[in-house]
Amino acid sequence: MTQLLEVTDLTKHFPVRSGAFRSGVGVKAVDRVSFSVDAGQTLGLVGESGCGKSTTGRMLMRLLQPTSGSIRLDGREISELRRSDLQEYRRQVQMVFQNPSSSLNPRQSVGSAIAAPLLAQRITPRGGVKAAVRDLMDRVGLRPDHYNRFPHEFSGGQKQRVGIARALALNPRLIICDEPVSALDVSVQAQVINLLEDIQRDTGVAYVFIAHDLSVVKHFAHRVAVMYLGRIMEHGETREVFDTPRHPYTQALLSAVPKADPAADRSGRIRLTGDLPSPTDPPSGCVFRSRCQLRPRLDPERAALCADSVPGGTIACHHHTTGM
Amino acid sequence: MTTPHAAPLLDIRDLRVSFPTDDGLVHAVNGMDLRLSRGETVGIVGESGSGKTVTSQALMGLLKDTSAVVTGQILLDGQDLNALTEAQMRAYRGKKIAMIFQDPLSAMHPFYPVGVQIAEAYRVHNTVTRKAAAAAAVDMLGRVGIPDPRRRYDAYPHEFSGGMRQRAMIAMALVCEPELLIADEPTTALDVTVQAQILDLLSELQAETGTAVIMVTHDLGVVAEVCHQVVVMYGGLCVERATVADLFKEPRHPYTQGLLDSMPSLTGTGERLRPIPGFPPSLLALPEGCLFADRCPHTGLVPDGACHTRRPELAGPGTHPSRCHLTRPQPAREVAR
Amino acid sequence: MTGFLLRRSAAMIALLLVISFVTFSLFQLGPADPAAAACGQECTPARVAEARVALGMDKPFLTQYADYMSGLLHGRMIGAPGTETLCEWPCLGKSFQTNEDVTAVLERALPYTLSVAGGAIVLWTVVGVGLGLLAALRKGRFTDKLIVGAASVGVSLPIPVTGLLLLLVFVSTLDVLPFTTNAISSPFGAAGPGAWFLNYLLPWVALAVLFSAQYIRVTRSSMLETFGEDFMRTARSKGLARRGIVLRHGARAGLTPIVTMLGLDIGLLLGGAVLTEQIFSVPGVGFTAVHAAQSGDLPVIMAITMVAAFFIIVSNVVVDAVYAVIDPRVRAA
Repeated sequence: MTQLLEVTDLTKHFPVRSGAFRSGVGVKAVDRVSFSVDAGQTLGLVGESGCGKSTTGRMLMRLLQPTSGSIRLDGREISELRRSDLQEYRRQVQMVFQNPSSSLNPRQSVGSAIAAPLLAQRITPRGGVKAAVRDLMDRVGLRPDHYNRFPHEFSGGQKQRVGIARALALNPRLIICDEPVSALDVSVQAQVINLLEDIQRDTGVAYVFIAHDLSVVKHFAHRVAVMYLGRIMEHGETREVFDTPRHPYTQALLSAVPKADPAADRSGRIRLTGDLPSPTDPPSGCVFRSRCQLRPRLDPERAALCADSVPGGTIACHHHTTGM
Repeated sequence: MTTPHAAPLLDIRDLRVSFPTDDGLVHAVNGMDLRLSRGETVGIVGESGSGKTVTSQALMGLLKDTSAVVTGQILLDGQDLNALTEAQMRAYRGKKIAMIFQDPLSAMHPFYPVGVQIAEAYRVHNTVTRKAAAAAAVDMLGRVGIPDPRRRYDAYPHEFSGGMRQRAMIAMALVCEPELLIADEPTTALDVTVQAQILDLLSELQAETGTAVIMVTHDLGVVAEVCHQVVVMYGGLCVERATVADLFKEPRHPYTQGLLDSMPSLTGTGERLRPIPGFPPSLLALPEGCLFADRCPHTGLVPDGACHTRRPELAGPGTHPSRCHLTRPQPAREVAR
Repeated sequence: MTGFLLRRSAAMIALLLVISFVTFSLFQLGPADPAAAACGQECTPARVAEARVALGMDKPFLTQYADYMSGLLHGRMIGAPGTETLCEWPCLGKSFQTNEDVTAVLERALPYTLSVAGGAIVLWTVVGVGLGLLAALRKGRFTDKLIVGAASVGVSLPIPVTGLLLLLVFVSTLDVLPFTTNAISSPFGAAGPGAWFLNYLLPWVALAVLFSAQYIRVTRSSMLETFGEDFMRTARSKGLARRGIVLRHGARAGLTPIVTMLGLDIGLLLGGAVLTEQIFSVPGVGFTAVHAAQSGDLPVIMAITMVAAFFIIVSNVVVDAVYAVIDPRVRAA
């Protein structure tokens, strides 16, 4: 399988204003994140709010300029691309947003919303745009007579289909989906997930799928990266990560998901205590150590290791690397 | 936990709510029946527009003094809340029925310290000094697991994390020891690890106080975790009622089955999801027959097209009735969950 | 909180300096020749040159500005060489018309403006906020429609129209109120508070009609927005009585925007209620400004511009401070 996207040590710091003065301390929203996406595959980026998954998605789309690190598409570095070169990049990488209502212009008909990228990139001859839009609408399950309707006439699921059609218009090779089904009802959510699966099967597009819903990611992604406080905690094949989670945070996260089965065994539950630390002042060393469920059982030597050094690797945990 | 023959704490009979709008009458709740005993937790499950939130607002009497038309009976300890005036209802709100909301940040007043808001809830129903009310609030903050409650008493809502805010909201609701707590999507806005903490907390407090809980949610996982009974709502109707075990083992209504089938699961094998086709009916113009008929795969099994002409009653075994012309809809579902 | 106020005060002083410089530059570089204006009617080129020296206009621009500012800080001598007179601290120059210290001119005008503004502010705040609140509580009913209708008429009535109508009805026709007199400038004067009240009642009403109408609209819409907030539903769920819900929870949040509006309006009005003072012939700051402009009395115009700017900036800082007291979220930011 060919590698499409390669992200290495991607970092984003936001300056923080305290009082009237800009302080030197920044929020490390994303800190040295590395992953890769193969052509036609799906990478799930999961984590709770504030973990940096959306910031990562925006950097991939170059809506945010990374502080450091590299993003390569087909081996070509894009984190330094200038505005004029970005247009070509955005033809290949598109985005679907969480809130379909606010990501569509209420005064623009659905047809012209889908046509906009075609017109902006001038790749379809003017006369062919309408036909191309109808074809796209057909592919996402919208009726041709929806062409001249406005977003408010659509349900949430239909609006998300419009967003998907718009992303598909340029035949991208990668689509960044930022919580694409979180705002939808369960039954509609399933329709949209199936649609995204069909599109991948038909076009070979790759997805970076950003979500907080672990069940959806488990169902949808080939590989998954679990993030916490700006870092990747665990990264691997979806099945492996979900069936045998190795990082204590992944274990706790999976254990916290309510199981739609009253008869399920709930004895081995892991409950994280406390709150997410402030991102302006994260714990030293392993960022997860302040809430880690293994902490009470650590010998002083291991605890010192967790406090002093940042764990790396696909399972970013000192217990794992030292064979616990 | 449930005393079978005792009179239920809450008995809702044929609750209907409609709102006049410029486009016509919106039929938000079209027949809701529910019985709940002390110490029990019932889940009200449904998607947006199913009427679950309107139902909970009607229970709190929040639709009084509005343009909404509420009919039917809401019997709490035999007293029909729907027959009370706004002024009479006030004695029940906060004292016998309390409510927590989805977004605790907007549900708390931004200008008052959290402790003051809890103490206020206490003083409404207890003739005590400010000091005693503050003490009750501090005590309650401690009971919901907020560390250093005396100091946090003076903190403002925006200074709390999302999880801590929801704990404070629970403290505010339970400070007068109500008999019934309505939780309207209490964990939807929270992260999954925090959601787990809050659900645990609710269960612990319920075991301590014996409060009955109505858990309004769209998440069947949450229902499976904390509820004893479930009511499934669709188009403002209660379409199925069962114990949690029965509902997941043997869902009777095709909508419930569809809901379970369309959920991706953590333990599933990644097989293709089976969404429910189509959309819920417009609440402005409800179809004559079964509200789910347009999306139902089984209408062909019912003779004379009754699904499209006659609305089914909530019928079937007493512990597991459903609103479907097929008493036992086929085909039986394989339980893979 | 202290840090917040210190920062805001520092910013305020910096802003005042900038404004003083800009204002000074505008008047110096503008088309009007202060020397010609100062030398009066029977002017010869020689007298203009003399006046130029007397006004210090022979010096470089920046020196003039420095002189002006130092006069503001500790007084200075003004006039032709040999005939200088002392302009006392805080010196804002001397009037071309009367050669009086501008500070004295302002001191005389300010009590009139305070009288006009003070009463009007109280009147419109009570009426505007009160009726706005009432309209919000009775939304959609007859009372609401009546108040909203009255407010619509109110905002479309310019002050000259209201003022002249009031004079016509209450002074000329009914003769129940006196015409405004210059003799009474404050409630503490010899005439007593009663006479002061009657003297200024009409100007107050004239101003309050317009401002109340605006306050009614803002109060009503802000309160209605607040009534729809989640925390109002929470307050109801606690079992609070309607009165407590509206006053303790609703008004506290819903009236916050009024504080901003009120602060800025007060600042604006203290710089002179120009139209009202003209119509009722009240020799306040606005009235003085109009006459100074007509006669080209630059030092007075300049001083009034700076005083008006000062009031507006100060009221901005006060609004920010009050906001921080009301809304804990502002304190943190």
